[in-house]
Amino acid sequence: MVAVNTRRAAVVGANRIPFARSNGPYARAANQDMLTATLDGLVARFGLQDERLGEVAAGAVLKHSRDFNLTRESVLGSRLSPQTPAYDVQQACGTGLETVILTANKIALGQLDSAVAAGVDTTSDAPMAVNEKLRAVLLETNRAKTVGARLKALSGIRPTQLMPSIPANSEPRTGMSMGEHQAITTLEWGITREAQDELAAASHRNLAAAYDRGFMDDLITPFLGLSRDQNLRPDSTVEKLAALPPAFGKAFGENATMTAGNSTPLTDGASAVLLASEEWAAAHKLPVLAYFVDAETAAVDYVHGNRKEDGLLMAPVYAVPRLLARNKLNLDDFDFVEIHEAFAGTVLTTIKAWEDAEFCRRRLDLDGPLGSVDRKKLNVNGSSLAAGHPFAATGGRIVATLAKMLHENGGGRGLISICAAGGQGVVAVLEA
Amino acid sequence: MSDRYLNLVNSPVGSAVASRIGLPQPAKLRRYSVGDPLLPGPALVGSTQGKPTAALDTLLTDAGVEVLDALAHGEPAALVLDARSLAQPSDLAAVREFLGPGVRALGASGRVVVVAQPPDGSSVAVDTTRQAVEGIVRSLAKELRRGSTANLLWVEDEASLPAALRFFLSGKSAYVDGQPLRLGPGMAPDPADWDRPLAGKTALVTGAARGIGAAIAGVLARDGAKVIAADLTVAGETLAKVANRLGGTALHLDVAAADAPQRLLDHLAAHTDGLDILIHNAGITRDKLMANMEPHQWDSVLAVNLEAQLRINEALLGSDQLNAQARVACLSSTTGLSGNRGQTNYAASKAGVIGLVRSSAPAFAAHGRSTINAIAPGFIDTDMTAKMPLATREVARRLSSLQQAGLPIDVAEATAWLASPGAGGVNGQVLRVCGQSLVGA
Repeated sequence: MVAVNTRRAAVVGANRIPFARSNGPYARAANQDMLTATLDGLVARFGLQDERLGEVAAGAVLKHSRDFNLTRESVLGSRLSPQTPAYDVQQACGTGLETVILTANKIALGQLDSAVAAGVDTTSDAPMAVNEKLRAVLLETNRAKTVGARLKALSGIRPTQLMPSIPANSEPRTGMSMGEHQAITTLEWGITREAQDELAAASHRNLAAAYDRGFMDDLITPFLGLSRDQNLRPDSTVEKLAALPPAFGKAFGENATMTAGNSTPLTDGASAVLLASEEWAAAHKLPVLAYFVDAETAAVDYVHGNRKEDGLLMAPVYAVPRLLARNKLNLDDFDFVEIHEAFAGTVLTTIKAWEDAEFCRRRLDLDGPLGSVDRKKLNVNGSSLAAGHPFAATGGRIVATLAKMLHENGGGRGLISICAAGGQGVVAVLEA
Repeated sequence: MSDRYLNLVNSPVGSAVASRIGLPQPAKLRRYSVGDPLLPGPALVGSTQGKPTAALDTLLTDAGVEVLDALAHGEPAALVLDARSLAQPSDLAAVREFLGPGVRALGASGRVVVVAQPPDGSSVAVDTTRQAVEGIVRSLAKELRRGSTANLLWVEDEASLPAALRFFLSGKSAYVDGQPLRLGPGMAPDPADWDRPLAGKTALVTGAARGIGAAIAGVLARDGAKVIAADLTVAGETLAKVANRLGGTALHLDVAAADAPQRLLDHLAAHTDGLDILIHNAGITRDKLMANMEPHQWDSVLAVNLEAQLRINEALLGSDQLNAQARVACLSSTTGLSGNRGQTNYAASKAGVIGLVRSSAPAFAAHGRSTINAIAPGFIDTDMTAKMPLATREVARRLSSLQQAGLPIDVAEATAWLASPGAGGVNGQVLRVCGQSLVGA
C-alpha cells in the first residue's frame, strides 16, 4: 500500500481565448478548434512545447457525438506532447471548476505532477440531432435484415420528422429555461431590478478596467481576430441597462426584472488552467499564483422542492456553508469572492440567502446568518455578465482571474461559487 | 512575397534577354541552412605583406575552410586579404595585385573580406592609407556580380575576428555588402559548438509576432537560445504560433506602455535566470509629410521605436536582470541614415537609435563587458513592403548592389551574429543589412 500523503496543488498560470457572442466571430469554430487554440496559447505562454503533462481534463456542455474524445483530440492537435493523457468531464456550468478540482486533487495525492484543467463551449456550432422519431425509424431500418423489411421500416418516415432536434437551454424535468427558473427565484427573494442592473454595470466597468490596466495580458491569447471579450461594454451604465425590456419572467408583468442586460448571453469560448505540484512549478521556473485549498459540490431538488429555497441555481447557497465549516472559515476570512454571474439575480439571491438568519438556521443548520459579502471583494475584475459565459469555460476563467488577483495581492484567500444546470453548485477556495 | 523578376532573370530565356537589353540581373543569393559549410569552395588568402599570417590561415582552417595561397584551377569561393600592414599609399598597389586576379576568378555568391587596421591618429600617411581601403571595398562591392559581396573588417582587437570571419564568409551575411565594421576590444569567447553559439542564453525579441521580429526569434532559437517572443496582446494569436514553432515563450508586452520596463523586469525575475540577449525590434510607421503630420502620428512612432528602447535599457542596466556579457541589438533602418520622404517621424526614431547605441556603448561595456549595436535593414521583403505599389517596390528592390530586396532572415542572421558571444568586440556599431543600398550610403 502506498501511504497517502497530500501536498499542495498550485495554480501556475492560465490562458483563455476572448469570449465571443453566439454566432459572432467564432460562429464557424468548433469546440475542438477553440480548445486546441487555448491549449496552444497556454503552451506558448509557458514554453510547454513537447511537454508530457500528467493529464488534461476538459469538457464541453454542448458536444457533438463525434467529439466523444474532445479533450484527447485537442491535445493531439496541440503542441503538447502526444503522450499527454486526457479525458472529458461534464457537469454543466460546473465543468470548468470540476476539472480544476479533479486535477488538483490528483496533484495533492501525488498521482500527478502537472495538469491542465479546461473547458470549452460553443452555442454557435451547436450539435443538432435528427428528430427523435426519425432516429427511431433509421435505427429500425438498420436492424432490418431484408430489403423488404428495410423498405417497410423506411416507409415510416414522415415530413415532420425532417425537423432536427436543436439543443435547448432548458431543464429536461421542468421544460423551463434557466432564465425562467431564475426569474422565479429572483422574484421570490425580492431582488430588485435596480440592484441587478447595478451589478451588471459594475461587472462591465470592472472587466473593462482589468483590460485597460493590462491585467488580462497574461490570461488571454486572441483568437480569430478577437482580442477582448466581445460582450464587454465599457460604457455600460445603470441608466442604459434600465431601458431594456424584461427577457425572463415576463408573466410576472410589473415584477419582471430580468433583462438581456442583467443576464449572460449565449457565448462561445474556451479556457485552460495550468496546475502543478510546487516541485514541478519550481523545476519549470514557473511562479505559483495560488494554491487550491478545498472544494464542495451541492445539489438542490429544484423539481419538487420549495419554490423559493430550492431554486435551480441556488445549490452554491448550500455548498459554501459546508465548505466553510469544513475549513473552519467564515465569509469575512476571504479577500475576494467570485460568484459566477449566470444572472445578476443569481448572485444577489445567493448573497441575500446567506444574510437571511431564519433561512440560514432552518436550511443551512447555522446558528444565524452565514454572513455578508463585502461588495468591494465581489467580482472585482468583472465576471460573466461582462465577459460572457461559454458554459464549461467559465470555471477556468474564474480560477485564473482569482489566482492572479491573489498573487497580485501578495497573498490572501478567495472563494469561488458557480451554479450549474440540474440544480447543482460547485464551490472552491484558493489561497496564496 | 516572391521576387518574380529575380526568378525570371534566373531562367535560361530570361537571363539571355536581360543580358542583351541590359536589364539588372539579380542573382539567387547563397543563404545559410543548418549544416552548410562556411564556404562552398576554397578561400584564396593573401596579404599586403607577402605571405598571409599563419594565424589567419589557422583561424580559417579551424573554421573548416580550405585555404589557397595562390590561384589554382576552379573558382575560389572567397578572397580574404590581410591588409593590416598598409602604411603608405603606394602599399595599396598590393591590394590591387591580390584582388584584381582574385575577383576575376571568384565564384558565384563569393565573399571578399578585407581585414585592415582602422585609422588611429598615429600618423597622417598611415591613416590616409588605411582610410583608402574603405573606398576600395565599397567600390569593389558595387562591381561584384552573381551575388558576391565585399566587406571590410577594421580590426582594432582580434578577439572578435574568428566569429566575424565566419559570419562574413558564410551564407548568413548574404545581404550584407560594402560595409565596414570595427572590431574593438571585448570578451568574445568561442562557443562550445559553432552551430549553437547561443546555447544556454536567454533572449527576448520585441515585435516578434511577424516579419523581421519573427525571423530573428527563429534564428536565435536555431542557434540555441531560449527565446521570449514579445509583442502586443492584439498580436497574441500569431505570437503564440511563433513561440510554439521555435519552442520559446510568448509574452504580451506593449513596449510603449508606462509600466513596460517594470513588467519586463518582473517577468525576467520570475521566469528566467536573467537576460543575455535583448533585441529591440518592435517598431511602427505612421507616414505623413511633415506639413500634414498629426501629433499622435509623431508621438506614437517615437514612443514605440525609440523611447521604449531608452527606457527598457535604462531599467535593465539599473536592475540585476541583465547578465554579464549581454548583447543588445536595436533595429534601426537605412531610412535613419538616408532619410525618406513622408517619414520624418520614423527617420527621427531610427536615426535616434543610432545615437542611442553609440552613446550607450560605454555603459554596456561597463556592465560585464556587454555590447549594444544597431542593425539598419535596407529594403526587406515583408508584409509591410508587400503593401507598397508594384512599381515603387520593383524600383526599390533593384536599388542596391545586389539588385534585390533582402529577406527577414538576412536581418535575423546579422542580428544573431551580433548577439553571439563571439561578437563581444563589436560595440556601439551600426551594421547595415541592405545589399549595399544606393540610398543613404
